[in-house]
Amino acid sequence: MWKWINSFAKPEKAYWLCDVLQNWFAVVATASLVIGIVWGLGFAPSDYQQGDSFRIIYIHVPSAILAMGAYVAMAIAALVGVVWQWRTAFMFMIAIAPVGAVMTFISLFTGSFWGKPMWGTWWIWDARLTSQLILLFLYLGVISLYTAFEDKQQAGKAAGVMAMVGVINIPIIHFSVEWWNTLHQGATITKIGKPSIALEMYWPLLICIVGFATFIGWVTIVRMKNEIIMRDLHRPWVAKRFGGLVDLEAAVANEKDMKGGQ
Amino acid sequence: MSVLLAQQLVCEKSDRQLFSDINIELSSGQLLYVTGENGAGKTSLLRILVGLSAPATGKVHINGFDIHKDMPSASQGLLYFGHKQGISQLLSALENLQFWCQQHDVKATEEAINGVLAELGLTGLEDIAVKNLSAGQQRRVALAKLWLQQDASLWVLDEPFTALDVHLIAELEAKITLFLKSGGTVVMTSHQKLSIDYPISNLHLDYSW
Amino acid sequence: MVALKSVFLKDLALAYRQRAELMQPLMFFVLVITLFPLAIGPSPETLQRIGGGVIWVAAILSLLLGMERMFRDDFADGSLEQYMLSPTPLYMIVVVKVFTHWLMHIVPLFLISPLLALFLHLTFDMYVALMLTLLLGTPLISFVGAIGVALTVGLHRGGVLLALLLIPIFIPLLIFATSAIESASMLLPYHPQLAIIAALLLFSVALSPMAIAYSLKVSQN
Repeated sequence: MWKWINSFAKPEKAYWLCDVLQNWFAVVATASLVIGIVWGLGFAPSDYQQGDSFRIIYIHVPSAILAMGAYVAMAIAALVGVVWQWRTAFMFMIAIAPVGAVMTFISLFTGSFWGKPMWGTWWIWDARLTSQLILLFLYLGVISLYTAFEDKQQAGKAAGVMAMVGVINIPIIHFSVEWWNTLHQGATITKIGKPSIALEMYWPLLICIVGFATFIGWVTIVRMKNEIIMRDLHRPWVAKRFGGLVDLEAAVANEKDMKGGQ
Repeated sequence: MSVLLAQQLVCEKSDRQLFSDINIELSSGQLLYVTGENGAGKTSLLRILVGLSAPATGKVHINGFDIHKDMPSASQGLLYFGHKQGISQLLSALENLQFWCQQHDVKATEEAINGVLAELGLTGLEDIAVKNLSAGQQRRVALAKLWLQQDASLWVLDEPFTALDVHLIAELEAKITLFLKSGGTVVMTSHQKLSIDYPISNLHLDYSW
Repeated sequence: MVALKSVFLKDLALAYRQRAELMQPLMFFVLVITLFPLAIGPSPETLQRIGGGVIWVAAILSLLLGMERMFRDDFADGSLEQYMLSPTPLYMIVVVKVFTHWLMHIVPLFLISPLLALFLHLTFDMYVALMLTLLLGTPLISFVGAIGVALTVGLHRGGVLLALLLIPIFIPLLIFATSAIESASMLLPYHPQLAIIAALLLFSVALSPMAIAYSLKVSQN
């Protein structure tokens, strides 16, 4: 079992796994996103307080939950990479990082748009908005550290350390911001009381969450495949797998010669 | 027991393989001379051997200790001299060497250190901050470690002759020979032709990109 | 032990010989704080209300400025390689280095703080709270920050990147420290905040040396 898991440290094996999973993720993601969003936006009952504007929940909540989830997945990959020295774990880490960052951005964006009609302002220093904003900074930190390194193996390790420092910090940040918010929350803005959500609203939301999760998985898999090929361009297995299709190797070598000649 | 044992080393830089399948076994009194073009990975190999860089795969043992797992024990009898000289610019030659001796458990009195500095032609410069010395003089301060060390069994020297004058090159070569004859092991790279009267094993790294 | 003591003494000597450079973050600290009354207005009530926060933000920024120096010279001249190849484990050396660096930067900050308290009309209670939070909070900044420094030490112009990586991490500390000072201004007890900061400090001192040592090795590669 352990040996089988460990075999995914090899890029060719990881690539094979990506190939297998890609279509499943694509099918589930497309189906549940279509069902969830059509159901949620078109057929679910509207909220008696917020009217139709509450429907943004079907985008906002999944993206907010999965922004956090993607960060945890990224940090777990970093841990695997640091402890067992899997190259592929770092590839996964950097494949999912921008996807997670975009999810965080979507949740902030939709949150802000939801806030306008509800709170009467685009931005308030609400506890959840604030910690989501900090999460976005953490993502950007990891990504910019990764891009700052020339050697991508070194970059992976460095960004991995930062991802783990971040994931240890997320609960602390969450708690501190929550606490700060209750201290400073003035009486002018009261949070809208949240009635427990009705079942007809709940089902499409659940389907949307599944859709978003598999969509993130799908995009990450495609990015991961790209990353593996780009990084392993010079290895024999890539040439073997793609046969004559890939003359990239020669193209890259050419480019290198030209650079060297200058 | 072999002093230095390297098995199936593979080195990767920026996802390209620099070299692969390097096996080295050196015992007491052997000199390994690593040659190769610029960029063939001489420095990378040496850094892997002393544990400063991690190989993509493979293992290195020094005196029986795995250098990448147990660095404090493995580096006990190791002396590495790299491109960076490992001396602080703001400290004087004497302070630098005293500090180095304390770090590496070398017992040396101030007189002993001054003696070595005199031997290397640095008399009168002991108390000047290293940044005020010339490149060759700084190099000599760093090389003084080779004279001070007492119980090292392995020297790994990366281009030790750079920025040295003819006279000092000869002196250093004599020092290396002396160390080898007393049972030491040396791994080194150099652009100069080695004129050491001692059997040399050669390892040539091919440029494989 | 001898080896660790000599690292401490060496770093003290180096800091002393570069004392002009040591003064720069301190000057920056004072200047940032001077800007606030000019931007916001001289009314003592306003300044007193924002004072604790201003001092803390300025302290974080100035410590970040000085932090780059922590491993820079040792990395550039190869001393770091020699540390790794010495019989003393790297994480121990790292603890001594971070502590020395903190000491060199925090002592001047403490010495100048009464002046700043005066500038921003802090009450005596607020001043005490400020000192206590700085005493507990700044080592946390040094230890956690050292991870970021170790990661970026091999990069050219890593300074802005360092701030980008570290500032989000320091947000909880900022929140608890300023809230302690605010409580002090209302004559409320603030030991819960201090306890939380102390807990964070112990946590970071326990975990960060390993992370710093690993990061330095990554940078060496």
